[in-house]
Amino acid sequence: MGMTIGEKIIARAAKVPEVKAGEIHTVELDRLMSNDGTTHLTIDMYHNDLKHPKIADKDKLVFIIDHNIPAENPKTAEAHRKMRNFAREHDIAFYEGKGVCHQIMVEDYVCPGELIMGADSHTCTYGALGAFGTGIGCTDFLYGMVTGTSWVMVPETIRFELTGKLREGVYARDLILSIIGMVGANGCNYKIMEFAGEGAHNLSINERLVLCNLAVEAGAKTGIVEPDEKVVEYVESRGRKAENLFVSDEDARFEKVYHINLDEIEPVVARPHLIDDVVPVEEAGDVKIDEAFLGSCNNGRIDELRLAAEILKGKKVHEDVRFLIAPASNEVYMQALDEGLIDIFMEAGAMVMNSNCSVCWGSCQGVIGEGEVLISTGTRNFKGRAGHPDSYVYLGSAATVTASAIAGKIVKR
Amino acid sequence: MEKFTGKVWVLGDDIDTDIIIPTEYLALPTVEDMKQYGFSPLRPELASQIKEGDIIVAGKNFGCGSSREQAPEIIKALNVKCVIAKSFARIFFRNSINNGLLLIENDQIQEKVKEGDTLDVTLGESVVYDGREYPIQPLPQNLMDIIEAGGLVEAMKKRNGVK
Amino acid sequence: MGNTIIEKIIKRNTGAPTVSPGQIVTVNVDRVMIHDIFIPFVAEKFEEMGFTKLWDSDRVVLIYDHLVPASAVEDIRHFKIGDAFVKKYGLKNIHRNDGICHQLMTECGYAKPGDIVFGTDSHTTTYGCVGCFSSGIGYTEMASILGTGEMWVRVPETIKVVIDGKLPDNVSSKDIILRLIGDLGADGATYKALEFSGSTVEEMSVASRMTISNMAIEAGAKAALFAPDEKTAEYSEVEFSDVDWIYGDEDAEYCRTVVYKAEELVPVVACPSQVDKIKPVSEVGGTELDQVFIGSCTNGRLEDLKAAAEILDGKKVADFVKLIVTPASRKIYMEASKAGYLKILAEAGAIITQPGCGLCCGRAGGILTDGEKILATNNRNFLGRMGTSKVEIYLGSPKTAAASAVAGKIVAAE
Repeated sequence: MGMTIGEKIIARAAKVPEVKAGEIHTVELDRLMSNDGTTHLTIDMYHNDLKHPKIADKDKLVFIIDHNIPAENPKTAEAHRKMRNFAREHDIAFYEGKGVCHQIMVEDYVCPGELIMGADSHTCTYGALGAFGTGIGCTDFLYGMVTGTSWVMVPETIRFELTGKLREGVYARDLILSIIGMVGANGCNYKIMEFAGEGAHNLSINERLVLCNLAVEAGAKTGIVEPDEKVVEYVESRGRKAENLFVSDEDARFEKVYHINLDEIEPVVARPHLIDDVVPVEEAGDVKIDEAFLGSCNNGRIDELRLAAEILKGKKVHEDVRFLIAPASNEVYMQALDEGLIDIFMEAGAMVMNSNCSVCWGSCQGVIGEGEVLISTGTRNFKGRAGHPDSYVYLGSAATVTASAIAGKIVKR
Repeated sequence: MEKFTGKVWVLGDDIDTDIIIPTEYLALPTVEDMKQYGFSPLRPELASQIKEGDIIVAGKNFGCGSSREQAPEIIKALNVKCVIAKSFARIFFRNSINNGLLLIENDQIQEKVKEGDTLDVTLGESVVYDGREYPIQPLPQNLMDIIEAGGLVEAMKKRNGVK
Repeated sequence: MGNTIIEKIIKRNTGAPTVSPGQIVTVNVDRVMIHDIFIPFVAEKFEEMGFTKLWDSDRVVLIYDHLVPASAVEDIRHFKIGDAFVKKYGLKNIHRNDGICHQLMTECGYAKPGDIVFGTDSHTTTYGCVGCFSSGIGYTEMASILGTGEMWVRVPETIKVVIDGKLPDNVSSKDIILRLIGDLGADGATYKALEFSGSTVEEMSVASRMTISNMAIEAGAKAALFAPDEKTAEYSEVEFSDVDWIYGDEDAEYCRTVVYKAEELVPVVACPSQVDKIKPVSEVGGTELDQVFIGSCTNGRLEDLKAAAEILDGKKVADFVKLIVTPASRKIYMEASKAGYLKILAEAGAIITQPGCGLCCGRAGGILTDGEKILATNNRNFLGRMGTSKVEIYLGSPKTAAASAVAGKIVAAE
């Protein structure tokens, strides 16, 4: 019986010839990533709860400070220091203020076929490169850190057979929001979302990152795009080797197969406070906005910045709107500087922030107040996520967000 | 002239406005919400220990730093009767007058007085400690006008005919 | 008898035949600045006082900077109150995310040579760099100016500071003002004006003078003035012939004169936690750092970013040390981008933030915790200003900051 991509990756990590959905396996992890959301808690457990604390393989660990950088209070600073000192003491790869964790992982670490666990739900992003990335809590992280292994229950795979091409003015962001709207916020609970077909191969690496990143919002354990030459090209351009390009066997078992024609996807927004409350932008109604955000691990890369700059060029951000832009990494920021995009943003009256998670989760910068409305390229629109408990977050594409920032209300580009 | 007696809290030189009220609390809605954090970087417990009618005795340059008017307002909200210091920073001085917080300049009493002692003050005349009298300089008339009106808000209300 | 600069400005403003220190006068205010932290209080007091309109809405400037970008939901309340005030009273000069108030006041031409300007921020002394008498006040007093356009001031005595000669390469105007504050003490110029002159000052850019005026309040000064010259006229977009009356007369009376030889000055830092605790960098050299901050209304200008970029070019910030760079305004950010400084800084590993007060005002932007040490280019190192009371803050020049970021410890630039 054949295997899906996810099953093949698990089998490799478990060092067994074959795995089936529903089985539980011990797997050897290729990489473990932890950010400043929880690393300090992991470190506390490491010091306080273990009799003989020891790190299995420090080269597999990556610590990234991205959620609250720069620190907004001493408590955050304390958590950061704990992480910094631990990384220093144990010689662990450490990034502070260099970008959003998943972006850094994609830029510097992820290879096809790898099994990576991260103490962050959006670790599923790495499926864009044909890897199996999944989010875990800090206890699981601690276990992985000291043993180099973890256990997984092999998930069922749901296949999304994509055909066609996204039309002009429609983005991967619209595609994944539409898919989540279709399957529901728990529609792929504990499943692997596998994206394949000619439509998937038409997507750029950036588009695939957008797609996989939000898989968790449909409840999925991970999202994986069938890897191809584009993955090899990207990974090699970053100085890494692209081995283990797994594709699903002809006779692999899928719990369900969805057929999606990319030509039919339209620009959409997810309305507050549910990510699966997805409607075409025009149907959002007359929604006045107070803040707009372009950034996050979902949508803060050079392609989105280019798109925003193209829309903003020669225009001004609406005077009632705070438009915040956070490039996904320092590398993205530098490229945007080189291309003159940052100048366009600043000229238009946007605020360009250092690379961080910020507005996406209402942390150190750009929170919204009582009754305010935010349109965001972030990952979630849960109630209160971006600031005051009584505030409203709409999710849309970089194009929708930028056009809305200019209009002062939610509009399609 | 008004007379009063108060228990003394002793602070040093250069008590700045960040000590009197740190920036992180400035966005709290009211001075009442902020006052518990008064002097917290230096003495976190002080705000809860100060009782109505107490007197702060400090060294030179009291209130230096920012223009934040919450500084004198918090001292007033803590019911401190007056601050006696060797000298006051100028923005703090103006803000205090405008809010009706009494300030007394004296540069000798600091060497004598200890925390917990009591002082007798006769406004415009003197401070008495341990039987010894320390004279106080009277304020210029334009400032007395503001104080007599009950602060700058009251003075402006009078000007604008607001009841 | 002659007059000092501040006496001349007050004299011209009030039309008084003579002006001398100690005199209490009522001045006509040319411009006021209110920032986001205090606008709710100003608005409340203004209405409580019974005013129904601004004395002159063109002369009022509202700037959001301390809370930008908002780090707490309460911050938004300040913007909402400010926006409502703008609408209700027809205020035209508003900046919601363009940078730090003091930078914008001179950069946008709100504070010009010879003007009298008050702001709800102690560092309002900054505009003395263009020969403007500017000073910080509280929000109650601001509310009364908004209604009346007037304010009483006591004519201050003036301390004359003369600096002659050529500064060593690794010494900048920040080192001069720190040294002066150290020599005068944190209250050494209380109620007084400072007036700067000498060949070093004449050679200086307006931006460098701004650093000096900005920090004058740290010696307690009411104002810190420079006589305008051609450079000032160009910067402030005025005719020099219209402002050439602004200088201290030969026979003016100064309460004190302080003289420095530029060649003898060295890079210095203010040590924790007093601004007047000044030591040469050589005496604290080797102090290990956790963070370095380049920014603020004191030292977040183009020449400061340039100085930092020159030192950091091709180098890296030391491992486990954070360098945070916060340009003072949107304009400066864009200029620094075009000049390539931002790229150099980012390549060196700096974290470049949105223009604003950032870390300097201690609300966000890189707060520290117990036992951590920072070298910063801003104006205050008070206890608890950038986090807990056990954070140690050293203040120094952008050159010292950049060199220290590379070394991971306090060092002077070469």
